[in-house]
Amino acid sequence: MAAFSAVKIPPPQFTTVRSSSQRPGSSPAHFAHSPSAFNSISFGSAKSVRSRPLFAVSSDVVSSSDKTKPASSSASNPAVTREVALELYEDMVLGRAFEDMCAQMYYRGKMFGFVHLYNGQEAVSTGFIKLLNQSDKVVSTYRDHVHALSKGVPSREVMAELFGKATGCCRGQGGSMHMFSAAHNVLGGFAFIGEGIPVATGAAFSAKYHHEVLKQSKPEGLDVTLAFFGDGTCNNGQFFECLNMAQLWKLPIIFVVENNLWAIGMSHLRATSDPEIWKKGPAFGMPGVHVDGMDVLKVREVAQEAIARARRGEGPTLVECETYRFRGHSLADPDELRKPDEKAHYAARDPIIALKKYIIEHGLASESELKSIDKKIDDVVEDAVEFADSSPLPPRTQLLENVFADPKGFGIGPDGKYRCEDPLFTQGTAQV
Amino acid sequence: MASLQMAALLSAPSTPVPSDRVRLGALRLSASSSSTARNGGALVVRSEAKVSGGGASARGLSLITHAVAEKAAAASSADSKPGHELLLFEALREGLDEEMERDPTVCVMGEDVGHYGGSYKVTKGLATKYGDLRVLDTPIAENSFTGMGIGSAMTGLRPVVEGMNMGFLLLAYNQISNNCGMLHYTSGGQFKIPIVIRGPGGVGRQLGAEHSQRLESYFQSIPGLQMVACSTPYNAKGLMKAAIRSENPVVLFEHVLLYNLKERIPDEEYVLSLEEAEMVRPGEHVTILTYSRMRYHVMQAAKTLVNKGYDPEVIDIRSLKPFDLYTIGNSIKKTHRVLIVEECMRTGGIGASLRSAIIDNFWDYLDAPILCLSSQDVPTPYAGTLENWTVVQPEQIVAAVEQLCK
Repeated sequence: MAAFSAVKIPPPQFTTVRSSSQRPGSSPAHFAHSPSAFNSISFGSAKSVRSRPLFAVSSDVVSSSDKTKPASSSASNPAVTREVALELYEDMVLGRAFEDMCAQMYYRGKMFGFVHLYNGQEAVSTGFIKLLNQSDKVVSTYRDHVHALSKGVPSREVMAELFGKATGCCRGQGGSMHMFSAAHNVLGGFAFIGEGIPVATGAAFSAKYHHEVLKQSKPEGLDVTLAFFGDGTCNNGQFFECLNMAQLWKLPIIFVVENNLWAIGMSHLRATSDPEIWKKGPAFGMPGVHVDGMDVLKVREVAQEAIARARRGEGPTLVECETYRFRGHSLADPDELRKPDEKAHYAARDPIIALKKYIIEHGLASESELKSIDKKIDDVVEDAVEFADSSPLPPRTQLLENVFADPKGFGIGPDGKYRCEDPLFTQGTAQV
Repeated sequence: MASLQMAALLSAPSTPVPSDRVRLGALRLSASSSSTARNGGALVVRSEAKVSGGGASARGLSLITHAVAEKAAAASSADSKPGHELLLFEALREGLDEEMERDPTVCVMGEDVGHYGGSYKVTKGLATKYGDLRVLDTPIAENSFTGMGIGSAMTGLRPVVEGMNMGFLLLAYNQISNNCGMLHYTSGGQFKIPIVIRGPGGVGRQLGAEHSQRLESYFQSIPGLQMVACSTPYNAKGLMKAAIRSENPVVLFEHVLLYNLKERIPDEEYVLSLEEAEMVRPGEHVTILTYSRMRYHVMQAAKTLVNKGYDPEVIDIRSLKPFDLYTIGNSIKKTHRVLIVEECMRTGGIGASLRSAIIDNFWDYLDAPILCLSSQDVPTPYAGTLENWTVVQPEQIVAAVEQLCK
C-alpha cells in the first residue's frame, strides 16, 4: 500500500506570523540586559537571547519571509470583532479569577497536594483554545485548570475536582493534575512532563485514521489536537520522538510550548543547549513559530494559521509562546530564584490588562462593560466554590469502581464467581 | 456431547457472569468433553475440560504427554474433526486478522510490523491487506508510540501495540504504568483504553540478558492492567481475540521459543476468557501451576512422574493478572499440594504473588508448603550451559514433586 499522503483539501491564503517587535501599541521588550537578569551565562554579548528582536520564523512550508504584512494594524482596524474580543477577555478573566481562588482555597485547606497555577499565561490558553471546535482535543500537563476551563469544562466541575469531591469532573479521583473531560475532549491532565505529548499524538493519529480509514470525514477538515507543555519538557525524549512521528505522518497536531523560562527552579537557559525552541520544528521538517505569549491577539493569529494547516492535513506546527507565570511553580514553591526585575517586566505585560487596553482603545467595549464581565466571572467562581463546598466526598463504594472499564478484570474468586459480582467489591473488601 | 450451558462472556462485558459457572466447575472435573456454546456467531469457550490419559478431546487438541522437546502436537489425536493445523505465530495472526476484519477500529502499531511483517511474522501480510495506516510501522520510540496507542485508544481506536521484544517495552514503562493503567481511573471512568500490548518475551536460545527478560513480574503491580500469557496455538488465537475485544488494557505475553508450536485448531470462530486458567492435565496428587513455556517443561516432567507412579494435575494459569482462583482453588482442595513452576525470577515474580494469594485463600487445604520453582535471579547468561541452569528444567520439577509428595 502506498504510504499515506496528506489529506487533499485546497489550501487557503497563507498569512504570516509576525514578531513581537512589529506589533504597534505593545510595550517594547525592554528588560535588564545584564546577564544577572537571567542568572546565567551570557551568549557572547551583553544582551541575552530574549533581548534580541524576535522574529517568528516558519519553515518554507507555511510562508515565505517576503510576505510580511503589518499586524493588526492601526487603532481604526481592530484585529477582532467586538464579540470575539469580549469572549477572549471573559475567558482570560475566568482563568485568572479561578486560579486566584484556587490559591485562596488552598491556603484555607480546601484543596491539597500539588497545585500549579496558570496566572500570567492566560493568553496562550485563550488564544488557542477559543478557536477550537467541540470535537477538537486538548492535552495538557499538570498546569491544566485553565486549559480545561477554556475548553468549556464548567468551573463547578473543576473546582469540585480540586476539592476532591464526587461531583468533580473526574469524580475526585484525578485532582489538580489530572483534569479530564470526555464531553469537552480534554484528554488530561498529566503529572509527569512529556507523557501527555504521545497521548496527544495518538489523538491526532486517531483523527487522521477516522478520516482516511473509517471515512468519517468532516466538512471543516480533520479534528485538531493541541498539546500544551512547557520549556522543561522540550528537553525530554518524548517531545522529540513525537515531533518526528507527527511530521512523518502529517498528523493534525499543534505542539504549543508555553515557555515561561522556568522549570520549577531550573532556568530554561541553564537547561537547554539551544534555548530557541521554535527552531527545533524545522529540524523535523515542520514549521517552527515563535510568538509573544503575553498577547492574546498575536497568539490567536498564529493559532489560526496552525489550526488551519492541521485541518487541511498539512501536518503539525511547533509554536513557542513566550510567556510567564506570575506565581511560583506550584503553591508549595517559595519562588526564590526568579529576579524581581524579571517578574516586574512580565507583570507589566499582563495579557488581561493588555487586552483590556486594546478593547478600550479600539472602542470595542466600554470600561463598565468590562467591569461587568469581571463581576460576572467573580460570581461564577464564587458559585463554583459553593458548589464544591457543598458537594459530597466520594463514598467508599467508589474506591474500585473505575479501575477497569470492564470489571471482569478483577478476576474470578475462589467461589467461582467474578469478583465484580459481589456488590461490595468496589469498596475494596473483595481481595484482588 | 458438549454441554451448551454457557453465557457468552465477551459479547456482554458489562453484565455480571451468571452463576452457571459454578455448574461448569463440576463439569470440568468430570472427564467429559469440553464445554462450548454458541452465542451470536462466536464460539465462546469458557473452560477446557481435558480428557485425561490420551485420546482425542473434542477440539482436537491432544494432551501433551510426551517430551516437550519435540514441540509438536501429539499425533495421538485420532482426528476426524475438522479444523486446520497451524503454528502459534500463525494462530496469533489469524486472531488478529479476524479481529481487524470484524472491527475497522482495530489497528496495529509497532516496529517492523508493516512491510517487514513483524520480526516473528505475526503481522505478515496484514499491511498489504489493511494498509499502512492500520498496520503502522513506527520509528524506534517505544515510549512515544505506546503513548500514541493509548491516545488513540482514548479517542475511539483499538490499537494493538507490538513490542518487538517484550524487553523493549521497558522503555514504554512510563506510558504503560502511568497512562495505560491509570487513565481510566484518574479520568473518573470517562476514557477507556482498550489497548493490547503484546510481544515475545522469555528466555530464548542464547539471546543474551536483555533479550531474555520476563516483564510479567514488572508489570504485575500496575493497577488497571490485565495480563495474559499464551502457550498453545489454540489459546494464542483465543486470547488475542479476547484481548482485542476487551475494554481493558491487556498485556499479552508471548514466548520466543513457542512461536513454532504446531496444533490443529477449530475452523469456527472462538474467543477465550481472559480471566480463566486452563486445565492441562487433571490429576490427584499434586497441583502444578505454570504458564507459557514452562508448561512444556512441566509436561515433560509429568511424563517422568507418571512413569514413577505420580498423578500430577497441571494447570496453565494463563491469566497472570488476575489469577483464576477458582480453578486453582478447586485443584488445591483436591490435591492439597502445590508446586509453582515459572520462568520469572524468584524475587517478586508471578510465583511470589501466586504463592501469597494461595496462602491467603487456601491455607487450610494445604498439606505441605507451597514450592515455587523460578528462574535464578541472574541476568540471563549468554553461554548455553549457564542459560540452561538459569531456567527451571524438567528434572528439577520431578525432584520438587517427589519432595512435595513425600
